[in-house]
Amino acid sequence: MAQKPDLLPGTLDLLILKTLTRAPQHGYGIALSIKQSSQYFLTVEEGSLYPALQRLLLQGWVKAQWKQTETNRRARYYTLTPAGRKQLGVELSQFEQMITAIGRVLQDA
Amino acid sequence: MKSPIRFFRKLWIFVRREKFNSELEEEMAFHREHAEKQLQVEGLPPQAAQHATRRQFGSALRLKEASHDIVGFRFESVLQDFRFAIRQLRKNPGFTATATLMLALGMCASVAIFAFVDAALLKPLPYRDPSGLVAVFEKTSTFPRSNISYLDYLDWKKQNTVFSSLDAFDHRGMILTTSSGAQPTRGARVSDGFFRTLGVTPILGRDFAPGEDLLSAPRTVLLSYATWQQRYGGKEDVLGQAVVLNGDDNVIIGVLPQGFHFAPAEPAEFWTTIHPSGDCDLRRSCHSMYGVARLKDGVALSTALANVTAIAAQLEKIYPGDNLGQSAAVVTLTESIVGDIRPILFVLFCGAGLLLLIASVNVASLLLVRSEGRKREVAVRSALGASRVRLTRQFVTEGLILVAVGSALGVVAAYWTMHLLTRLIPEDMLARMTFLHGLGLTARVWTFAGMIALLASAMFSLTPTLHFSLSRIRDNLAEGGRAYAGNAWRRVGSKLVVLELATAVVLLVGAGLLGKSLYLLLHVDIGMRADHLATLSLDAPMSNYGKDPQAIALERRVISQIAALPGVKSVGITTDIPVSHWGDTTWVRILGRPWHGEHYDVPERDVNPDYFTTLGAKLFRGRYFVEADDASKPHVAIINQAFAKQYFPGEDPLGKQLSTLGDKPVSMEIVGIVEDIKEGQLDTVNRSAVYIPFAQSPNNYFIVVVRTSQTEQSLLPAMRAAIHQIDPDIVTPTGATMMEVINESQSAYMHRSSAWLVGGFAFLALLLGVVGLYGVVAYSVSQRTREIGIRMALGAQTGSVYQLILKEAARLIAVGLAVGLVCSIAAAILMRGLLFGVRSWDVPTLAAVAAVLAVSALLASYIPARRAASLDPAETLRAE
Repeated sequence: MAQKPDLLPGTLDLLILKTLTRAPQHGYGIALSIKQSSQYFLTVEEGSLYPALQRLLLQGWVKAQWKQTETNRRARYYTLTPAGRKQLGVELSQFEQMITAIGRVLQDA
Repeated sequence: MKSPIRFFRKLWIFVRREKFNSELEEEMAFHREHAEKQLQVEGLPPQAAQHATRRQFGSALRLKEASHDIVGFRFESVLQDFRFAIRQLRKNPGFTATATLMLALGMCASVAIFAFVDAALLKPLPYRDPSGLVAVFEKTSTFPRSNISYLDYLDWKKQNTVFSSLDAFDHRGMILTTSSGAQPTRGARVSDGFFRTLGVTPILGRDFAPGEDLLSAPRTVLLSYATWQQRYGGKEDVLGQAVVLNGDDNVIIGVLPQGFHFAPAEPAEFWTTIHPSGDCDLRRSCHSMYGVARLKDGVALSTALANVTAIAAQLEKIYPGDNLGQSAAVVTLTESIVGDIRPILFVLFCGAGLLLLIASVNVASLLLVRSEGRKREVAVRSALGASRVRLTRQFVTEGLILVAVGSALGVVAAYWTMHLLTRLIPEDMLARMTFLHGLGLTARVWTFAGMIALLASAMFSLTPTLHFSLSRIRDNLAEGGRAYAGNAWRRVGSKLVVLELATAVVLLVGAGLLGKSLYLLLHVDIGMRADHLATLSLDAPMSNYGKDPQAIALERRVISQIAALPGVKSVGITTDIPVSHWGDTTWVRILGRPWHGEHYDVPERDVNPDYFTTLGAKLFRGRYFVEADDASKPHVAIINQAFAKQYFPGEDPLGKQLSTLGDKPVSMEIVGIVEDIKEGQLDTVNRSAVYIPFAQSPNNYFIVVVRTSQTEQSLLPAMRAAIHQIDPDIVTPTGATMMEVINESQSAYMHRSSAWLVGGFAFLALLLGVVGLYGVVAYSVSQRTREIGIRMALGAQTGSVYQLILKEAARLIAVGLAVGLVCSIAAAILMRGLLFGVRSWDVPTLAAVAAVLAVSALLASYIPARRAASLDPAETLRAE
């Protein structure tokens, strides 16, 4: 298995929430979307994706619904809730602060 | 944040757990399918694509568990641990049963003994502010805590500046007149302020009023709660009823609380007032009362003692004839009640504690052996992804279950044990040990048990946990938990065994010393033949037998009636039974010597002519009393050898005159010297005593001692009947064989109970210690099977295999013994107060203990050694 860079801690939630702003998605869709958007740099594994989704569900930031896919299969679609949208804002600003801070450190050095 | 909502979401998922699982599975299957398809699109063959996705996703079970951890409740995994632990424990019933039973055993012993400690020493006495109460005594050179005389009590009460109140009491046998005849009972006489001093108020009726204890006041009585319930059915209309005690009418004025007890006067059914009268109460030199006082606020015990001692010294000057040599003693009331039992309880508590220690160490080493055997399981589980925390939690859970079951069993067993132990206490003694009424599973006992359980849990869950953090799990998987893996354990395990053996040695030595003390005590020379003697006390009403001729006539009648019973060889009469106490003293001086008012305080026994021959005592010189030594003849006396040695050194006492002191001194000629009879407790040294003919000093209370050719127990009912036939108003409070008197005497009982209990602890400790040693050696053999096989294949003889194993065991035994013997001498010095006739470093006991332990320990090691020696080398080498 090729070594992939680990995600920064806490960013998985952020990525999922961001992905869901475009449209409701199922788990595989989310993983695929993140992979494609990052131009195949980031891989979200099942092992962290589904626990993360359960966590978001528990927090009430996403909702889940079973729907038919285009291929006529049943899949669980996740939708962003208003609370989730708010949370996304919070996490985005936190993330930006973090990146700026790291950037400053790196520039100094 | 929104934790309630989260909680309900979790709960919702929890209730629909099945659905959650199937949905999660479906979702992930969907994911996997698409991922596989995607790989195929990218050009991978179907088989390879499937493998690639599987590899990427890893264990489906773990994936699911990761999600479960998010939505699951904490208790769910705890429950899982619990179920798994139960399964593990059930899989190994031998281990589980042994560990639980050992823990239960240690728990049972220590909790039961602690309950006694709690009832006797920790539970405060049932009085208001009990720490301010003191017991007040007179003190003489022979009695450090002597009774106080009524007149001295009055002076002390008047003159002291340290007590907010001082009161007096005594306790005595009484004759209760009932509709069905006279009955013996026990009661106390107290001064008017007695219950106010204690801070006890009757639950019904009123307390004694000031002045109600004077002779002029009408006689009143308070009932103990038990008497009120049993004799009066707990009815409230008892108030105002009359009770006839010793022929006097007493009016019931109240009932004492249920929890009230006052050990120094118990057992007492009726609490009357003093009403000073008669020959003793108004004579300053007659010491028959006890004092109880409440210290004024801020007054120290030493200050109180100094104050009372000064008063006593003053009285000594004013009344030299009565008070010469009479000083004072003040101790806390608690000390006076439980002072005697404290060292015994302390020793028993230590014994039980050591047993608990040895049991816990044993369980801990069992756990170690077990975790050693589970190394592989742990390695596999951790390779499959069990986190260290989760593994630790698993061991903690198992430890907790063991402790919970063991403790529960232990506490139940302790409850039974403590009640069994009280049943073993002779009834008379139990009646006096009223503080044991509070015995049971009190809050303090529960706390104590809880603390032990907590410590045990910590120990049992930490042992395997530490063990695994010491050894590297991954190595275990590789090596398969063999060979060197056992070394670490062998080091710890063998240290534990040394600890166990040493503890067992301490307990064995303690038991040996106490057992030897008991043996010596029961075989102490009491100056008589105790077999085939029946004793019965009788109390005749003063009204009909109070005058000397009446008492003498009664005595004659009793002797002739009882002598006529079948099987009776001879009948003796005395005023105090042997092996009871050195009290009941009289003051004498020797005539014909310069005299400055001093006196000898010696026990006096009034006996009939046949008394000494009935006992089987030995006459040293002179003669016994004869029928002719009656009131009409010159007074005579017999002294014991101790008296002769103490007061007539180098002189012949025969023919010398003794004189009593007081207003009407009587002089008596010494006509005989008897070899010392043990009048006091078995563990006391013989003291000077004087015997006087009953006919010259008659009494309406005396004890009949009968020598019989039959079994003495069977004679007692006939003796009782014979006496009641003479007069139904005479009561017979206590009847027992002399052997019973001796065996149930306080010193014998105390020595016996401590010897048996510590003996029991020691036996169990030996058993546990030896089992522990067996465990270590057997384990070591199992670890070295391969090594031994190789040795044998290379030509080692059976003998050298034995040597290999037994040498290791012998080293452990030797170290354990050495440590144990040193510790036990220290322990024995601490408990030397309980020993009788043996020194703390009694060599035969130490040698016997060393031999017993060495032999049993070597036997225990021999079993695994034999197994090692009978190994088939070919087979051991082939195995694995």
